[in-house]
Amino acid sequence: MNTLMDVLRHRPGWVEVKDEGEWDFYWCDVSWLRENFDHTYMDEHVRISHFRNHYDLTRKNYMVKNLKRFRKQLEREAGKLEAAKCDFFPKTFEMPCEYHLFVEEFRKNPGITWIMKPDTRSSDDQKDDIPVENYVAQRYIENPYLIGGRKFDLRVYVLVMSYIPLRAWLYRDGFARFSNTRFTLNSIDDQYVHLTNVAVQKTSPDYHPKKGCKWTLQRFRQYLASKHGPEAVETLFRDIDNIFVKSLQSVQKVIISNKHCFELYGYDILIDQDLKPWLLEVNASPSLTASSQEDYELKTCLLEDTLHVVDMEARLRQRSEETTEAALLLPSSSEESFQLIPSCQEEISLSRPCV
Amino acid sequence: MLQEESDLSLIIAQIVQKLKGSNLYSQLERQAWASLQRPEIKLESLKEDIKEFFKISGWEKKLQNAVYSELSVFPLPSHPAAPPEHLKEPLVYMRKAQGSWEKRILKSLNSMCTELSIPLARKRPVGEQKELLNKWNEMGTDEPDLSLFRPVYAPKDFLEVLINLRNPNYENGDSLSFRTHLGLIQVPLKVKDIPELGALGRSASNKVINKKQNMGPRKQDPNQREGEFPRNDSKEKFQDKGCTTGLKHNNPRLEQEKECFVELGLNIGQLGIDDSTQVPPELFENEHVRIGQKVLAEQDSAAAQQYIRQGSPTALRAELWALILNISSQPEDVLYYEQLKTNVIQHDLLVDSLIYKDVKLTASNDDYYFVFEDYLYQVLLCFSRDTSVLSHFAFNSASPPKSYIRGKLGLEEYAVFYPPNGVIPFHGFSMYVAPLCFLYHEPSKLYQIFREMYVRFFFRLHSISSHPSGIVSLCLLFETLLQTYLPQLFYHLREIGAQPLRISFKWMVRAFSGYLATDQLLLLWDRILGYNSLEILAVLAAAVFAFRAVNLMEVTSLAAAEAVLADLSTLKVMPLLQIFLFATVT
Repeated sequence: MNTLMDVLRHRPGWVEVKDEGEWDFYWCDVSWLRENFDHTYMDEHVRISHFRNHYDLTRKNYMVKNLKRFRKQLEREAGKLEAAKCDFFPKTFEMPCEYHLFVEEFRKNPGITWIMKPDTRSSDDQKDDIPVENYVAQRYIENPYLIGGRKFDLRVYVLVMSYIPLRAWLYRDGFARFSNTRFTLNSIDDQYVHLTNVAVQKTSPDYHPKKGCKWTLQRFRQYLASKHGPEAVETLFRDIDNIFVKSLQSVQKVIISNKHCFELYGYDILIDQDLKPWLLEVNASPSLTASSQEDYELKTCLLEDTLHVVDMEARLRQRSEETTEAALLLPSSSEESFQLIPSCQEEISLSRPCV
Repeated sequence: MLQEESDLSLIIAQIVQKLKGSNLYSQLERQAWASLQRPEIKLESLKEDIKEFFKISGWEKKLQNAVYSELSVFPLPSHPAAPPEHLKEPLVYMRKAQGSWEKRILKSLNSMCTELSIPLARKRPVGEQKELLNKWNEMGTDEPDLSLFRPVYAPKDFLEVLINLRNPNYENGDSLSFRTHLGLIQVPLKVKDIPELGALGRSASNKVINKKQNMGPRKQDPNQREGEFPRNDSKEKFQDKGCTTGLKHNNPRLEQEKECFVELGLNIGQLGIDDSTQVPPELFENEHVRIGQKVLAEQDSAAAQQYIRQGSPTALRAELWALILNISSQPEDVLYYEQLKTNVIQHDLLVDSLIYKDVKLTASNDDYYFVFEDYLYQVLLCFSRDTSVLSHFAFNSASPPKSYIRGKLGLEEYAVFYPPNGVIPFHGFSMYVAPLCFLYHEPSKLYQIFREMYVRFFFRLHSISSHPSGIVSLCLLFETLLQTYLPQLFYHLREIGAQPLRISFKWMVRAFSGYLATDQLLLLWDRILGYNSLEILAVLAAAVFAFRAVNLMEVTSLAAAEAVLADLSTLKVMPLLQIFLFATVT
């Protein structure tokens, strides 16, 4: 079920073009971007769905570097307390270059479990031509929050329209992805127990496609509220918001700003038993294939609202200089579904409280 | 007057009898003995002092809750000389129908047994026992071959039985008239007998409780009058608020329903409506939460039951339900659950495979409940071993199936109930437990809550009886409401061969579990607990039809009608109920 094609094809006034050079809007692969972005001329109104160096946010090793640097800066400027807000990323070491540092850390704390994650090779990002040599060793979160004995992570969508100024939108809906097998540290070798990506779960022998093993974020919130009370849930989601803000701020100056670019990120968040959220990774090309009917609806709405926010229609109208035309009234769903994230630096006010 | 008094003493005697055997009794005794050490207890006024002590220390409250709990479950006494079958089911033809339905189920079970050559029960070998113990928390990962098992029956089979139910003493006559019932259920049950039974039950319990103590003001529920509960002033209240203007109609049924569900009125705050984001919380929600916390602090069952009629805040729901059902997790209860667990480990029952199959078919495939698969096994397998459930058959028209030790067929000394709790699960049974997993995470508590919910409410949804909350009455109520309020729709659907009950039956049998979104379902179940009746299920079913009436009028086949009503997950329960009960103008 390809949600993107369905949404784009059904959007009124849009036409699919085969030729390069004719398009106004391109939802591209990162590989295309890498090869062609630098030598493609784009008109003022044209929009493309990636930033040139998004990997500064999405590659784990770069992300860590940027975050560490930002944290230091924050500590200098605003003190330890403020800097501690950046402690949502589990300790990570890039391999092979930080191998010695890793060994030192490993020896210092012998009881800790570490997970080795390949860099860039996930189903979400495209395979690139460069052979995958990079790994990161990340501290394994041993006490994840379990529901029904299963481990899960949260997928939340953030749309960044620009980095300078930082304009980011948080999609209200998202989902919790469950691992099919029951969590226990005994089965540390079992790939299926720990990795909750649907892409990995799909290959698990227990996987039943009908199940989908996902909960909507709303369902998850209700469950937590009935277990821990509404205040705890509010705090948790505020902490998650903090993750978005800090992570985007940390790469704000690094990402090459280009008015043609916007990007829809998929954030993977893990909650531990103390209800602390951890950032696992950020995906620049979150999977848009739907695993169930509910999933299909979520993703199509997400894409539609993304397109509302990007608002090609208004740009094209401006371009064609139709002065008599009344301003396009955006369907209200976009305002309700996407929420502007307040960032500390820019003065952007919150449009509406989250449900 | 005399009759009432003697009725009351009968009730009191029976409750006292029941409580004497309970844990609470021995605890109270112990407390009373222990209190003799206290300085304020004097020999001259021993009785009063101990009573005073109980009141202060909260034991009286516990006793009250226990009494209230018994009253909620206790069927109303009929004639003192009535035989025990009458307590189960007073109408003979209903008893007969239930009996023959049971025979059919057992035949089906036995034939499955013989076909598959699986014994009804067997002791597990030690190795298997160990394995099961290890896997106890993740039985969902087991994938036994269940392809040969089939559910013993499905709701639609049961519906066919109900449709063919007839009272042999009732002659309808062949001619059609405006009185003819258009629906599928053709038994002359008086569906809105509630005001009488309800009033009797309520005022009886009122008197009993007031007799036991002279309470001062209770919680500050604004809808509550001082020193009196549960309310039996509903009619007055209702007219007070002037809701009757503009809603005059001849049919008494909706009036009776309205009286019954007064707290759902348009001018009374509800959770499920008045807690939505557009409504500022100061208007209703905050105060309601505050009252809820107070009710919990006072640990008062009756007050909680009254309170929950307006819905329960999410954070308080688990405790409120436990309070209303009078469940407190004592160490004995945990031990009892562990004992049941041991029984499961030691013996394997054929019924277990049915449970597995049901969970795999229903809850595991549900978008929301698949997560709780393991809990469902832990609850349901233990449930089928629990012989304390057998006591509810005293007021259930059903009877537990009997089985005989191999080779001793017919010899009563070798008869056992099978399964030990007497309840044979059917297709969809696990959905009664699934929503509870949202609220309770500790297996023994989850188990207790489910067991109590079953013996108070759920059993009525799959046994043939004339009880107002029984499934037969619910079906009849549903059809009557529809025929009275949406006659055109009813007629149209009937003409195209889409009898409404065929669609709504499965909703009611499952108490809407799996059909509504979980938060809405829990709001609905709040009201079931609050009103201690399942009638709201029939009212909701009718309200759903009313809501989708426009689309339904345009369909031309049963399949199309099913399609219109296939997805209830977006429905909001409370507005639908309110519109149907209080805002429909005929």
